[in-house]
Amino acid sequence: MNAHHNVSRRTLLTGGLATGFLLAFHLPLRAAVNEPVQPKDTTDGKFAPNAFIRIDADGATTLVMPQVEMGQGIYTAVSMILAEELDADWSQVKLLHAPANEKLYGNPIFIIQATGGSTSVRAFWKPLREAGASARAMLVQAAAAQWQVDAASCTTSKGQVTHKASGRTLSYGALAAAASGQTPPKDVPLKDPKDFVYIGQPLKRLDTPDKVSGKAVYGIDAIVPGMKFATLAQCPVFGGKVGKVDDRAARKIPGVRQIVVLDDLVAVVGDHMWAAKKGLDALEIEWNEGPNAKINSKAVWDDLRAASERDGVVAKSTGDIAKGLAAGEKIEASFELPFLAHATMEPLNATVHCKPDSCEIWTGTQIMARVQSEAAKAAGLPVDKVTVNQHLLGGGFGRKLEPDMVVAAVRIAKKVDGPVKVVWTREEDIQHDVYRPVYRDTIAATLSGGKIVGWKYKIAGAAIIARWLPPAFQKGIDIDAIDSATDVPYDIPNFHVEYVRAEPPAIPTGFWRGVGPNNNVFAAECFMDELARKAGKDPVEFRRAMLGNQPRFLSVLNLAAEKAGWGQPLPARVGRGVCLQPSFGSFIATVVEAEVDEQGEINLRHVTSVVDTGIAVNPDTIVAQVEGGLVFGLTAALYGEITIDKGRVQQSNFHDYRMLRINQTPKIEVHLVKSGEAPGGIGETGTTAGPPALRNAIYAATGVALRRLPIDRKLLAAGKKA
Amino acid sequence: MFMVARIFVELIAVSDPSSKGMHMATTLTINGETTSFDAPPDMPLLWVLRDILGMTGTKFGCGIAQCGACTVHVDGKAVRSCVLPVSAVANRAITTIEHVGSTPAGAKVQKAWLDAEVVQCGYCQSGQIMSAAALLAATPNPDDSDIDAAMAGNICRCGTYVRIREAIKHAANGRQS
Repeated sequence: MNAHHNVSRRTLLTGGLATGFLLAFHLPLRAAVNEPVQPKDTTDGKFAPNAFIRIDADGATTLVMPQVEMGQGIYTAVSMILAEELDADWSQVKLLHAPANEKLYGNPIFIIQATGGSTSVRAFWKPLREAGASARAMLVQAAAAQWQVDAASCTTSKGQVTHKASGRTLSYGALAAAASGQTPPKDVPLKDPKDFVYIGQPLKRLDTPDKVSGKAVYGIDAIVPGMKFATLAQCPVFGGKVGKVDDRAARKIPGVRQIVVLDDLVAVVGDHMWAAKKGLDALEIEWNEGPNAKINSKAVWDDLRAASERDGVVAKSTGDIAKGLAAGEKIEASFELPFLAHATMEPLNATVHCKPDSCEIWTGTQIMARVQSEAAKAAGLPVDKVTVNQHLLGGGFGRKLEPDMVVAAVRIAKKVDGPVKVVWTREEDIQHDVYRPVYRDTIAATLSGGKIVGWKYKIAGAAIIARWLPPAFQKGIDIDAIDSATDVPYDIPNFHVEYVRAEPPAIPTGFWRGVGPNNNVFAAECFMDELARKAGKDPVEFRRAMLGNQPRFLSVLNLAAEKAGWGQPLPARVGRGVCLQPSFGSFIATVVEAEVDEQGEINLRHVTSVVDTGIAVNPDTIVAQVEGGLVFGLTAALYGEITIDKGRVQQSNFHDYRMLRINQTPKIEVHLVKSGEAPGGIGETGTTAGPPALRNAIYAATGVALRRLPIDRKLLAAGKKA
Repeated sequence: MFMVARIFVELIAVSDPSSKGMHMATTLTINGETTSFDAPPDMPLLWVLRDILGMTGTKFGCGIAQCGACTVHVDGKAVRSCVLPVSAVANRAITTIEHVGSTPAGAKVQKAWLDAEVVQCGYCQSGQIMSAAALLAATPNPDDSDIDAAMAGNICRCGTYVRIREAIKHAANGRQS
């Protein structure tokens, strides 16, 4: 039997985080679709039928972006979905960052106004289509009324309404004022996908021309009249406080204007970042390190390993796991993943102007409304006195799902007369991150006739959801930490998943690109290769035999094997590894080909991913996201680890927290499978896919079954065995 | 494209007369124009561009010449402005992302970047484009190892390397990758 996965149920919002969230909440977004963003006011000739669309009398079509742009191409995808149902003229489209407004722009999956978890297209697919279709219908009604014809006899295309029978045409701009007087229709029909003109096309991204010319404005680029520049130091030990500060030398640095000392941080304010940084370097700060100064990585791992021995909360159990595990020789393994920093290329920053009765913020965040409310608390002001000006993000990856950088800037700005731009150094950014938690996943399985009979899987790790979205943390289960563990694609008759909540001491943890599936896809797919070897089967064959009920998985796996030349001979110490993943509502198979040299160093030769993500809104963006996600994941597998000693992070910048570079990047081929299913998520997927496929390639090349990341080269030198 | 208020350099309070000692009048030639300002001699060019002159296209990434986000051209060569003291570049021709499109190699690179849809978050791309433009100006037909050597100092956290390589090859004589 196959109780734990069912393709036909993978409709709009299933898969990944969405499933759990949808069980817990109702969708509020109809407000945004049906309520005009401003009162019906036709005096300026503007048509603003809902929270997402504004059409001016000259035809300019402004689309309001409910999700933030951090590189994933969502501004273009959102615009394509709206423009599709609106039949807008693509050349007339302009974009506007949405303001902080949870009611209008809340993510239907998270409820709060957040961008993350590869949810944007999944969450907004239907509401944006409805918003576009509803606005289009109002424009058609306005034209039909003017021409005194039946609305059903009118057609729309590229920002115009046409009545073919009489040869009349009106532009949306010309109809804007009249359309504002129309009532939004109920239950407006949506387009048949075969009639899509924008969706499915590789349209050029709308945000890239300014990014190529240097004109794009990220949060760190905000310029506010009269602003000063600041940088900060927090206690190197987590949770430590400021003791004594000797600022005599710092005050002598040219351009230093002010030293701000708060209970947990010190900031230097200057005429420019250089003065602020030199001033900070010149400060003599004595920290009260507090009780966390004893924490180190070894203790963290000892704790986690002990926790992973405990029984967990059952997240899923089908068949009879006791019987399943008694069916044959029990094969067991544990897989461990380290703390990781986000290291967005744009260091953390926020520009803030605090006045007695108001606070204005310029930044790029993944959580507009939460930043507004947390800033209001820090400023001691009502929420409506805080304005957040959203900017482009120079990378997010989950780091900007936290408000701490804005809260710190507000607390500093409260002490500064006039606006101040607070920019973190890279060292501060890496040493005061909210880290991807450590995980330890333990699996026990039995085999019979080359197939899995029992599968007992236990996750041990932090519950980020419990802190970040408490209402979604129910019955002791973090739906992010278990994501994809309960959804493995294989037909396994006795299947059991448990979760042990294990919070590391004092070290803040948060979402990191790939989120929960990073740990589960890694553990499950690495273990699949160990089981395949035990069963004497080829890893692709072994998987294929258990995908009888999974046509979409089977199809991507077969195509990936074909495209990657699976089974073709390779030189010594070169291997291919496969990963099949069920995450984020997408179906993805990845093959990595890698070489391990005599010293254990790894040369990435080739990566092939086959992606079925349902309807591909912008296929080129999807390919780009998978390419980039793979590099992000492979970077982590090869280099990523934050270690702790004496309560502080030991890494500080790109020399010791390394990134994959162009000379190490392999050829990457991404193939999209055409599909008419609802769109899946994509931003995280490559990140999740890369590490297990690489680890399995190394396993094939060397016989060494790695069970920890990052990859330990010492275990891979020639002559080492598993 | 983005309706975000952009307020220019004259509005920044850097010329405040109460600014304390050690600053010196400096004159640089940036993007073909001569610009004078007061700055400490050890101040890296990056912060002069960004915080004194309001030219924010050049980015801060690491501050230790490890990531390349701050790359500009000095006399046509790609350099990391985050570790380049302003006193070292007087009388040198400085070109930034805002102006590189007026050079033949820069224009080709910018066009190729858009054609290949290289950019994701875009934060590193000013530096990537400056490095690529300097490469093509010196080596019009770079091979893979030339590209590796010229571009390995530029980190892209979004992982656009595959397309960067492809775009450089397209920019060089429109060659297919």
